[in-house]
Amino acid sequence: MPKKEVYALPNPISPGNPIFYDSEKCNGCNTCVQVCQVDVLIPNPEKGQPPVVLHPDECWYCGCCVNDCPQGAITFNWPLQQRGYWKDKKTGKVMRDLQ
Amino acid sequence: MTRWQDLLEKYGKPTPWPYPIRFDKEQEVEADVLIIGGGIAGCWAAISAARTGVKVVIMEKADTIRSGSGGPGCDHWCVCPANPHSKVNPDEWAKFLVENPIHAGPAPKEPPKFTYSNGIGTQIQCREDWDTLVEMEQMGGKIRDTGDEYVGAQGRYDDKLMFSPRMSPNNTREVTVRVWGTTFKPALKKECLRLGVKIFDRTMTTNLLTEKGVQGARVVGAMGFNGRTGEFLVVKAKATVLASAGSNSLGFLNMEQAGYTTFPGSRTKTGDGVAMAWRAGAELTLMEMTSPHGLGGGLKHTWYGGSSDASFENIQQVDGNGKPLPWPLQGWPDGGAMGPTPENREKINKGIQDGTIALPFWGDFPGMKEVERRVTWDLMLGEESTTLNITRSYEKAGFNPAKHYLMNFNYIEGTSPSHWLNGGMGGPIIDWDCKSSLDGLYIAGESQFFAGDHSYAASTGRYAGRKAAAYAAGIGAGAVSKDQITLEKARIYAPINRDNGIDWKELHAGIARVLQLFIAEFKTESMYNIALQGLKEIEEVFVPRLYALDPHKLLRSIEDLSLLTHAQIVCQAGLARKASSRMLNFYRIDYPQIDPPDWNKHVTVKLENGKVKAGSAPTNYYGNLKTNYEAHNKDYKGVYKKK
Repeated sequence: MPKKEVYALPNPISPGNPIFYDSEKCNGCNTCVQVCQVDVLIPNPEKGQPPVVLHPDECWYCGCCVNDCPQGAITFNWPLQQRGYWKDKKTGKVMRDLQ
Repeated sequence: MTRWQDLLEKYGKPTPWPYPIRFDKEQEVEADVLIIGGGIAGCWAAISAARTGVKVVIMEKADTIRSGSGGPGCDHWCVCPANPHSKVNPDEWAKFLVENPIHAGPAPKEPPKFTYSNGIGTQIQCREDWDTLVEMEQMGGKIRDTGDEYVGAQGRYDDKLMFSPRMSPNNTREVTVRVWGTTFKPALKKECLRLGVKIFDRTMTTNLLTEKGVQGARVVGAMGFNGRTGEFLVVKAKATVLASAGSNSLGFLNMEQAGYTTFPGSRTKTGDGVAMAWRAGAELTLMEMTSPHGLGGGLKHTWYGGSSDASFENIQQVDGNGKPLPWPLQGWPDGGAMGPTPENREKINKGIQDGTIALPFWGDFPGMKEVERRVTWDLMLGEESTTLNITRSYEKAGFNPAKHYLMNFNYIEGTSPSHWLNGGMGGPIIDWDCKSSLDGLYIAGESQFFAGDHSYAASTGRYAGRKAAAYAAGIGAGAVSKDQITLEKARIYAPINRDNGIDWKELHAGIARVLQLFIAEFKTESMYNIALQGLKEIEEVFVPRLYALDPHKLLRSIEDLSLLTHAQIVCQAGLARKASSRMLNFYRIDYPQIDPPDWNKHVTVKLENGKVKAGSAPTNYYGNLKTNYEAHNKDYKGVYKKK
């Protein structure tokens, strides 16, 4: 078991991870902070670092942050309940987004 | 590091608010024309007003670069009968649409005897939609297949314009242009800035200013505050264009489900515009109309499984055994019909129950011609509002449209979905200048009653902007009331002065629950009255407990107050319509007769000296569409010549 400090915190906000940043690609330009319709994101207190997802529960998954990122540094992450199903026309096998 | 709790762990304390806090600061500016809401309608209104040479200010809750329902993108430029390939007459097409409000597919055998369509907005759209699209291209929006990616697709012409089957069975009308709408919004903002429009982004408008603060008097500007800093803004304006969003999240209990359905859109759509027009004394219509949302049958982020959306217009739907369904044909023969005919709906319901039609349904992408599949998957789903990510995510997860059916969520939750109320189709009643019943207040886009979609917002915004500019050019500044500003500041900042109580999410759910309980499917006078009592109690007991930790949550809290007002108007309008109506999805248990002739009219409500006053107007109060449009637009100059 990893040794980890345990704090007294409330339940995490859910869904809590609408997007993931690739910190190698992100240069902290904050374009995503600007284009977000709901102001879900805030700039990182450290310049050049990826923004912070402060209000993930307000995200409506419009995708402007992902589409407009000049570095291609943001990955979308569907909440589990939103993930759709598809079916192979030949084999009939039903599949789902398991990323 | 991307999550707030990562910062908490790193620094051992919460991160300071990243923006300066300015609750005690106030800015005052003057404009000829103020635009409330910088979405599609608002940007077009600003551009067309500014092109006449007047001074324009925009107040926008998000950032104008991507804000509004059409901010992320758009794939259909609908109702565009004046385009060079159109096979219908714009005036005749407007008349047809107004008489047949559910208008996809072939014309019905017998047009209905009345409808509640917005004839003014529809006529504007039919006459000016093409001019608007040409101007969009001038500004840098992509409206043609310039890269020759879709050569050979049905509906593609030599000038590289591409048409959708929507409302055009077998290319017989050509009224819906396929567009690359992700390019539109940044181009609109750029043009606003080029024309010198002053934009206040991240600024929520909270109330209108009326002459001397009197309800029902001329509108002379508006007030609001910044959702990052909390700074107050007063804009004094000769004319104001209301171009804000609908109230689609009105009936939703749980804000964490913001992505759940097709049309509620983002949380920011809280009907602020209609609420402030009501408080100022504007006459509203069709506020009684609400509609249910199925949770399964409209999942925004899985909707390209064929859930009643136009972007799925060209895909054959099959049942669980691969058998083609009677609906949707989804293609050129039925003009991309978005809903089954009543006969086909009945056939499907019966087939599901007797086992001859198997759930779930699927969209047969592999069965499409290769170029048509690319048009639907890459162009239409790539450009429509929020769906580019969706297609990319699915591709990464292994979905291949050449091999796989995609699930269609229709019918999966049964035929009687739960009533999650949508905020309806109501708004201020308007005249041929898109002016409300209040002097100085013009209405555009989704703020109009029975509004259409992206191109409706664009063309009515463009129209309302030039009308507001003309009014402003001929009138002086109005008298602003200091008391009105003082009262508004007290209302807005109350939640920030409390550090405990009820938060915005709980208040929102409380409002939604009143509507769900008392004005859902079964409506009666006594139920409306209980709803009004419940909302009054929320206003008097729970709103004074509302608290907000920072400017962002304050903005969400004030949005709740818009929704509360909106809910009260819906109840007042519902009480005033003492009849049932099929088209309005409005069924009164105590007045069961459907559409009795005496009630085929607009029921209007407004505040007069603080009291609700009901009235009415004929369904076709706007008169002959062609004659009135021409009488009011003798000076219309057509497509803008860029200076």
